[in-house]
Amino acid sequence: MSLIHNTAAELGAMIAAGEVSAAEVAGAHLDRMAEVEPKVGAFLHVDRETTLEQARAVDARLQAGEKLGPLAGVPIAHKDIFATRDMPTTAASKILEGWHPPYDATVTRRLREAGLVILGKTNLDEFAMGSSTENSAYQLTHNPWDLTRVPGGSSGGSSAAVASYEAPLSTGTDTGGSIRQPAAVTGIVGMKPTYGGSSRYGLIAFASSLDTPGPFARTVLDAAMLQETFSGYDPMDSTSIDAPVPSVVEAARNADVSGMRIGVIREFAGEGAQPGVLARFNEAVQLLESLGAKVVEVSCPSFETALPAYYLIAPSECSSNLARFDAMRYGLRVGDDGTRSAEEVMALTRAAGFGPEVKRRIMLGTYALSSGYYDAYYGQAQKVRTVISREFEAAFHQVDVLISPTTPTTAFPIGERADDPMAMYLADLYTIPSNLSGNAAMSVPCGLADEDGLPVGLQIMAPVLGDDRCYRVGAAVEKALESRWGGGLLAKAPAL
Amino acid sequence: MSAITRDEVAHLARLSRLALTDDELDHYATQLDAIIESVAKVAEVAAEDVPPSSHALPLTNVFRPDEVRPSLTPEQALSGAPAVEDDRFRVPRILGEEA
Repeated sequence: MSLIHNTAAELGAMIAAGEVSAAEVAGAHLDRMAEVEPKVGAFLHVDRETTLEQARAVDARLQAGEKLGPLAGVPIAHKDIFATRDMPTTAASKILEGWHPPYDATVTRRLREAGLVILGKTNLDEFAMGSSTENSAYQLTHNPWDLTRVPGGSSGGSSAAVASYEAPLSTGTDTGGSIRQPAAVTGIVGMKPTYGGSSRYGLIAFASSLDTPGPFARTVLDAAMLQETFSGYDPMDSTSIDAPVPSVVEAARNADVSGMRIGVIREFAGEGAQPGVLARFNEAVQLLESLGAKVVEVSCPSFETALPAYYLIAPSECSSNLARFDAMRYGLRVGDDGTRSAEEVMALTRAAGFGPEVKRRIMLGTYALSSGYYDAYYGQAQKVRTVISREFEAAFHQVDVLISPTTPTTAFPIGERADDPMAMYLADLYTIPSNLSGNAAMSVPCGLADEDGLPVGLQIMAPVLGDDRCYRVGAAVEKALESRWGGGLLAKAPAL
Repeated sequence: MSAITRDEVAHLARLSRLALTDDELDHYATQLDAIIESVAKVAEVAAEDVPPSSHALPLTNVFRPDEVRPSLTPEQALSGAPAVEDDRFRVPRILGEEA
């Protein structure tokens, strides 16, 4: 047992008690990164000195008696889609290569205020568009369970960093499953908070009505502590919810599901998923029953249309959001030789600076929003969104939480779906409905698939601002499975 | 029949300010055709009488007092600009006349 194997909760307590310094904890994680990064490739930006400086500053604040949060001094890997003043912020795109934001995202600022130490910026699919992190313009990230497979996406650098013990915590963003799916396929915990529960200020926008920052961790309690640290009302985000943050840490410590009503979504629990994923899911259902929950089947017939609706809504919003990359105010500029017009420079820059998936989505969104097609595509997708929200609402009248597998398959091989957009999109089949309706949803490890020995995630969905229910159920599953396994799922992962 | 033609993709690329090569247009035309055919499934949901949702949660306008507050300095605002002149963003010509 070394510092890299401790949970964030343990590290925070050890640092607060003066048993170990933040600088020592940061150093241990930087050493681990130096050892495994050549194989994993989770980080786009690492700066050992800046990290140690942050850690020493936290140590000084603690020594001066400053009251910091329970995660003070704990290192964290930060998705490279959050603005950071002192580190480059690229969204894994060439169009933002070398860009240093002049301000911090709200999530970044709150991490710093609470004394977390940012280890570096993690890889992602360009502008968070993808399910494998293969769409990064810079590098591949490898799944620590099997280096030939993807770590999920879009927050694949963040999932890989935590699963490979490079960091106890990381941040992600979830627009269609980009936290839950990578958490599931790397065997860790990932949470998409209620939309509006965590601030989008300083988060590079992909689809603004869906984008939600959230935590990754190796335990449910750690995820809750991180969510509580950066959540809450932010006047800088006009869609931020001005309500108390659900008491997720308390719920994670509670871990009692007796008497809870849990709904299995019929449409997501049958064929269509890999047999090993379904087997682990069905065991989790039995487990929850054995813990005293009342499990019923719930039908949400329109959920199967969530995927096509999402692939109209998200690209439509992205085509508008990414119009800001115009080669004029920041970022890349290509072809400005004195003869070309601003419009020509813009088109050349965007062609050179955006990767294929980003171009596909911008054009798809432009199509869905164009006159003549608007009603049939974007307009209809917005109506489907209403129907899906109503089905959730009806379901949450019957049950406290809904459950499904997080993803239809385990981690797929690198390259398998890279140039097959429709196959890639299917990875988000079960996660997308919660983005469309804005409710809270978590992925928690529920075992390994028999056929490939790779992690399977259980998805737990709760109503808007019912985030605490996800943590209560997630913690109960975690506790029961860890006592059955004699430790965490990651203990079964091969050594790197 | 294809859902989208190559000419339509070329038009979308122009609207999107993406200078694509002929090969790219061919490639994207095939892929977008498959994607559009698939997302057209949204039409199967009977939703004539359902109001559209642009957002998951009800939205209200958010106001703040109209007070002067600290903001970025010109140096900070221009710090990432590809070209700067006299404290301003320097851009290529924006009007149609010859340079």
